[in-house]
Amino acid sequence: MNAESWNLLLRIGLITTAGLSIAAGLISLVLGTVIGIFRVSPVGPLRVLASGYVEFFRNIPLLICLAFIFYGLPKAGITFPIFEAGVIGLSVYTAAFVAEVVRAGLQSIGHGQIEAGRALGLSYIQMLRLVLLPQVFGMVIPPLGTVFIALVKNTSVASAIVVPELMYQAEVIAGRYFYPNVFLIAGFMYLIITLPLALLVNVMEKRSQIGHRR
Amino acid sequence: MKVWRLLMVGIVIAGLLAACTAPPAGTSGSTGKAMPKAADGTLLRKIQDRGKIVVGVKYDVPMFGLLNPTSNKVEGFDVDVAKEIAAAIFGNPDAIEYKEAVSKNRIPFLQDGTVDLVISTMTVNAEREGQIDFSNVYYLAGQSLLVPKASAIASINDLAGKKVGTAKGSTSEQNIRKMAPKADVQLFDGYAEAVAAMDAGRLDAVTTDDNILIGFQAKEPNKWKLVGGQFTKEPYGIGIAKGHPETVEMVNKVLADLKKSGKWKELYKKNIPTTPPEPPIDNWRQIVGQ
Repeated sequence: MNAESWNLLLRIGLITTAGLSIAAGLISLVLGTVIGIFRVSPVGPLRVLASGYVEFFRNIPLLICLAFIFYGLPKAGITFPIFEAGVIGLSVYTAAFVAEVVRAGLQSIGHGQIEAGRALGLSYIQMLRLVLLPQVFGMVIPPLGTVFIALVKNTSVASAIVVPELMYQAEVIAGRYFYPNVFLIAGFMYLIITLPLALLVNVMEKRSQIGHRR
Repeated sequence: MKVWRLLMVGIVIAGLLAACTAPPAGTSGSTGKAMPKAADGTLLRKIQDRGKIVVGVKYDVPMFGLLNPTSNKVEGFDVDVAKEIAAAIFGNPDAIEYKEAVSKNRIPFLQDGTVDLVISTMTVNAEREGQIDFSNVYYLAGQSLLVPKASAIASINDLAGKKVGTAKGSTSEQNIRKMAPKADVQLFDGYAEAVAAMDAGRLDAVTTDDNILIGFQAKEPNKWKLVGGQFTKEPYGIGIAKGHPETVEMVNKVLADLKKSGKWKELYKKNIPTTPPEPPIDNWRQIVGQ
């Protein structure tokens, strides 16, 4: 057994998993917020478009989404590099869940506020930016945290499209050195990312509650 | 993971076999002449007295030993070699009882006498020679490359910087890393996934044993070609329990006749969809250069 190359493989895996999570997390936050806003938009076609997106991506397995980007899109002449294919697949998939969280947040805000905003002469965009979204993001921190923790764990599915993340490296090591315990080690390495993320979400949640009480 | 899948398949097949009793060995082909009885107490004599030979073959390897689900018979190159041996002993190619021999159980099967011979894509090597005896080499497999038809890759020396796919945990991975250290090796769950990725333009080559690659090539002959020859040598031999020189001699004689008469190429053509090469030489050490 070559402990050195092991170590290196797992470290590459951890960095790749972190990179996937951060990139897909940021993209899905932006994309999901836009789609969530579209879902409650006063413009009909936007609502339909956003609902279609959410129901499609929320109800297919992530593996199929990734396999389509990896194996299918190249047939149409679109070939993303491996890491980018993983980021895109995870982003469009996770964005559907983010959109639902944002939509729920928006709908929970009393209609009175919207009427008040209209009375003040605010445009729809201004109302979103100044009145609704700041409140929504305070409220949706706990469910969003759950979505992002799920995202970190979902990155393991990208091992099937040869993204060299933690799960992929664990499988390579298990096969090459006949050492199945490596999956236990990989499990703990996921915790290195997810536990601090969970703590961060808790802290942010407390802060936003304090803000509310004031 | 792969081992478990194989085990499950094995269990399912074993169950199916137990459920429907095997049809009795036919007597249709008994036109040839039986060989004279061997000396008392030998394995060959035991086989002759029993009236059939028990052979362990693979049930899940295309082209070599594959259970045909419609006819419920095993078919392939290994099976045809077994029939030649039965024909030589009894004058009847169907005087055989087949047993499924997976890689894990085939050597124990020989050692405890469950089977007389094992003909199951078994590579001869020094370690195995310590446990059982082998016939001369009857087939030579080796790791090779599958590439798109228009590819400029012609050998293992053309792989620097190229993306090469194979399966996680395979010996093919270790070989390719050793023999083409500058290749960008990508590992898939199986060979079908790797070929699909090559189909999507994501790989320049897929590598593993040529008899697996030939299967993919035969399915889509307009897309793929095999190049680079065999850059590892996997000489297959027939396994026999230790201490039966008369049986080894008998098997070797059948193999020698097959190779000499041109029948070997006929069996190759029947089972493997590429132009038959010359039959392999007898001595495995000479082949692998040991």
